[in-house]
Amino acid sequence: MKILVTCKRVPNPEQKLKLTGGKIDLSGANWQVNTFDEYAVETALRLTEKGKGGERSGEVVVAGVGPKEAAQQMRGVLAMGADRGLLVVADDAALDADAVARTLAKLVEREKPDLVVLGKQTVDGDSNQVGQILAGLLGWPQATFLASIVVAADGKSATTTREVDAGVEEKRVRLPAVLTVDLRIIGKRAVRNEGLAPADAEWEETQRYASLKGIMAAKKKEIKELTAAELGLSPTALMKVTSSEAPAGRKAGVRVASVEELVAKLHNEAKVI
Amino acid sequence: MGAVVFFCETSGKTVRSASLPALTAAQAMAAHHGGPVVGVVIGAGVGDAAKDLARYVGRVIAYDDARLTHPLAETYAPLLAAAVKAAGATALAATATSTGKDVLPRAAALLGAGMVSDIVRVDGTNRFRRPAYAGNVLEDVEVSSPIVVTSARQTAFPPATPAAAPGAVEAGQVGTIDALGAEVIAVHETKSARPELGEAKVVVSGGRGMKAGENFKILEELTDLLGGALGASRAACDAGMVPNDLQVGQTGKVVAPQLYIAVAISGAIQHLAGMKGSKVIVAINKDGEAPIFQIADYGLVATWEAAVPALIAEVKKLKAAG
Repeated sequence: MKILVTCKRVPNPEQKLKLTGGKIDLSGANWQVNTFDEYAVETALRLTEKGKGGERSGEVVVAGVGPKEAAQQMRGVLAMGADRGLLVVADDAALDADAVARTLAKLVEREKPDLVVLGKQTVDGDSNQVGQILAGLLGWPQATFLASIVVAADGKSATTTREVDAGVEEKRVRLPAVLTVDLRIIGKRAVRNEGLAPADAEWEETQRYASLKGIMAAKKKEIKELTAAELGLSPTALMKVTSSEAPAGRKAGVRVASVEELVAKLHNEAKVI
Repeated sequence: MGAVVFFCETSGKTVRSASLPALTAAQAMAAHHGGPVVGVVIGAGVGDAAKDLARYVGRVIAYDDARLTHPLAETYAPLLAAAVKAAGATALAATATSTGKDVLPRAAALLGAGMVSDIVRVDGTNRFRRPAYAGNVLEDVEVSSPIVVTSARQTAFPPATPAAAPGAVEAGQVGTIDALGAEVIAVHETKSARPELGEAKVVVSGGRGMKAGENFKILEELTDLLGGALGASRAACDAGMVPNDLQVGQTGKVVAPQLYIAVAISGAIQHLAGMKGSKVIVAINKDGEAPIFQIADYGLVATWEAAVPALIAEVKKLKAAG
């Protein structure tokens, strides 16, 4: 099974954002792989494994759209175990979900994977669109915000669960398909390729971290740089951010000394109970 | 300029209340686009729900077919795109529910339209405001495609109210339905007598400090006493104390109730993104240095074991005094 998985670099979400003149200043940002993309990579790796630490079968190709420097984060994903990388060099500021999805669609045409696995959203843009747009452009089925996935032994379909507002939805899709994953996907038994892993296969309840061996191996793995022009694209963002500002901050209120005081204030002052 | 197609989810015989805030956003968009709002419902046996929607908008198109029972992006997105084209619309709007998030970007792809997720304000034909970076930034954005697609943040717009005169319902041409081999096998519904998280006036949430799932029982008692909904932090969900659909935060649900009570929640950025729009925030935490206190209107440094039973007793007293 061949899987294309995405990797976007994002500024560390714990770092305080700097806003200057209506723009986000990322010059001092510490970059890391988008958390949901790490889950996507973990999902893809598990789908090519006979079990935790077991033999692998298939290929995991990492795709990214972003600046040259994003190769550093992609190298980290290769150290987790992915096989090779494709980086379409572009200026982050000139991209939106549509442009990224169009670029990924070109990579899918070239690579012809059985599955594309993406994080459900990036933790900077928070748009939650790329996977769905990609599926629409390709005319492929989609299964979004996945909590679990089992790929059938014949490799022709996948049965997934996802959390929806009403509860949990079980959805089956024919392959090839586009999948986006949520945090539950890294559960011990959330991912399985029936054609490879036994029914009781279990993984760690986290995404894997790069081992020293993995880091050494990743140095020899290929990251191919491409341009939009080579893919026959001239990406133009349909959505542009014209200005950014910090939301009105909430001020810390008062400390109350007791539950009695709290209830009195909620009743008499805030009038919410 | 053209019409605005509003995708309205349904719940049995009525519109789903989570959709109504997006109708308010759609009406604001229609004022800029210079056309009417055209409501669209999709499903199997949605005749009554379509009539219910006609109480709010002048024209409703109902795509009613047994093969449309479950919302599938594969079948719903082409119908929404078709509705936009048929109505000569220049915008498509819905709420950012789990269905809206799944279906709308696919419809945008089919329309070649730029999409803005989670809008909190309509500023013009193609200009909107939306939060990003876990709510730490508000972005003003502009869409350059002839058609714009938006999903509205449910808590940012008031629910729409019925119009003076009811509108008309027409049947949409369903045509060929190709689910591309996708199917919903089952939906395991979470049964709850409580209001939906997104709509509750009071939300009581527990965090990692609750230690175990059974300790949420006492929070449920407080929740029910206040007529609210139960929530949880990502840490509590990750630890398996409560199901993930209770998660409030950047990657869970965004809530903005009148009263939000955070119990044993430290206040990670991730969590704050989902609740800092609440009118009044109460934090109860044994750690006086917890970041949650920096945004709380009322902070009480106490263990949940001591504070929650006392809070239940006090609220009961207050109710008895009536």
